[in-house]
Amino acid sequence: MTDLEHELRRRPPTADEVPDLSAAAAAAGLLDVAYATLDSPLGRLLLASTPEGLVRIAYIDYTDEDAVLEQLAAKVSPRILAAPRRLDEPRRELDQYFAGARRDFEIPLDWRLTRGFSRRVLEATARIPYGATSTYKRMATEAGNERASRAAGNALGSNPIPIIVPCHRILHGDGGLGGYTGGLDKKRLLLSVESGQGLL
Amino acid sequence: MLRFAGPGAHRYPSAPPSHVMPGPRVSSPVNLPPFQTLLDAHGSAVHRFLVASVGRIDADDCYQETWLAALRAYPKLRDASNLKSWIFTVASRKAIDHARAARRQAVPVADVPEPARTNGPVPGEPGATPPDDGLWSRVRELPAKQRTALALRYVADAGYDEIASVMGTSEDAARRNVHEALKRLRTEYRT
Repeated sequence: MTDLEHELRRRPPTADEVPDLSAAAAAAGLLDVAYATLDSPLGRLLLASTPEGLVRIAYIDYTDEDAVLEQLAAKVSPRILAAPRRLDEPRRELDQYFAGARRDFEIPLDWRLTRGFSRRVLEATARIPYGATSTYKRMATEAGNERASRAAGNALGSNPIPIIVPCHRILHGDGGLGGYTGGLDKKRLLLSVESGQGLL
Repeated sequence: MLRFAGPGAHRYPSAPPSHVMPGPRVSSPVNLPPFQTLLDAHGSAVHRFLVASVGRIDADDCYQETWLAALRAYPKLRDASNLKSWIFTVASRKAIDHARAARRQAVPVADVPEPARTNGPVPGEPGATPPDDGLWSRVRELPAKQRTALALRYVADAGYDEIASVMGTSEDAARRNVHEALKRLRTEYRT
């Protein structure tokens, strides 16, 4: 390599950080999905929102972060950017919730990742008040098919916005804990927070 | 109480009303990775490339224009097999547009041996161009094709096949552009 090439490889001086794109992208109407990750008592969470509202919460110690983002790219839009500031509001409400200082969430939700019977099950679930519980059978009934408990269970298992759409409040009719995507320990912990026992 | 997004619930003024928002979109024929993946993979190389091409001061604007243009076009891409080449094509066009616009704004002055500078500090003045920018200010005065090829080669570590793909030329032409750029720099710039 010649001296000149050597010098060219040393490259021009640049800034330590490249400019952040997300604010300009949002201002131009080009940010279809903004996301952020945060540490919570339930492990690492990924939050994603569209201009309509919060569209996804994922337990990324359970489902790989890349897989969650790829799913959002395919089902919502590939215009996805990490934009933590745009998730400040849901992050704040979740922090308060985990601290036992918030019972209801106020952020708008974007329901587009769910439809049909599943959507009706999750909408019924969203009406269950803080600290209360219900059953798979009851959710199936409210969604219009009382015999579809198993389908209701599947709908709850693929809840795109867990915690805020409180699928952890759904138990078996006999009092059994049922299932939880992300692990039953998380369901226990959420129920414990809501029963006033706090984070065990 | 939970509030669900409905008409009037939009927090971002750019959002279309909910009745024109599509439901789950018909998936595009190609599987496009999340845009952030591109930014993570190529953001800093694109920035370095732009600093080399248009200078430190204007690189940030070019960088933003590059990525916004890419973001705008992204969902319509039909081929996701070479996204690195695609983003550098966008960046090199922005750099060339920028250099052209800068040249138009430059005020020609007779009998000045140094090439006109449109902005940026004057070399030699306190707090001016960093000492090792000398070579790069020469690079920025190269003809557009040579400058682009050279910056891709040495700043973005592109192979000749990649340079050809970014610039839409043959590999031979890519090689020639780099060669001519080096030759010109050798005669104009001596360490």
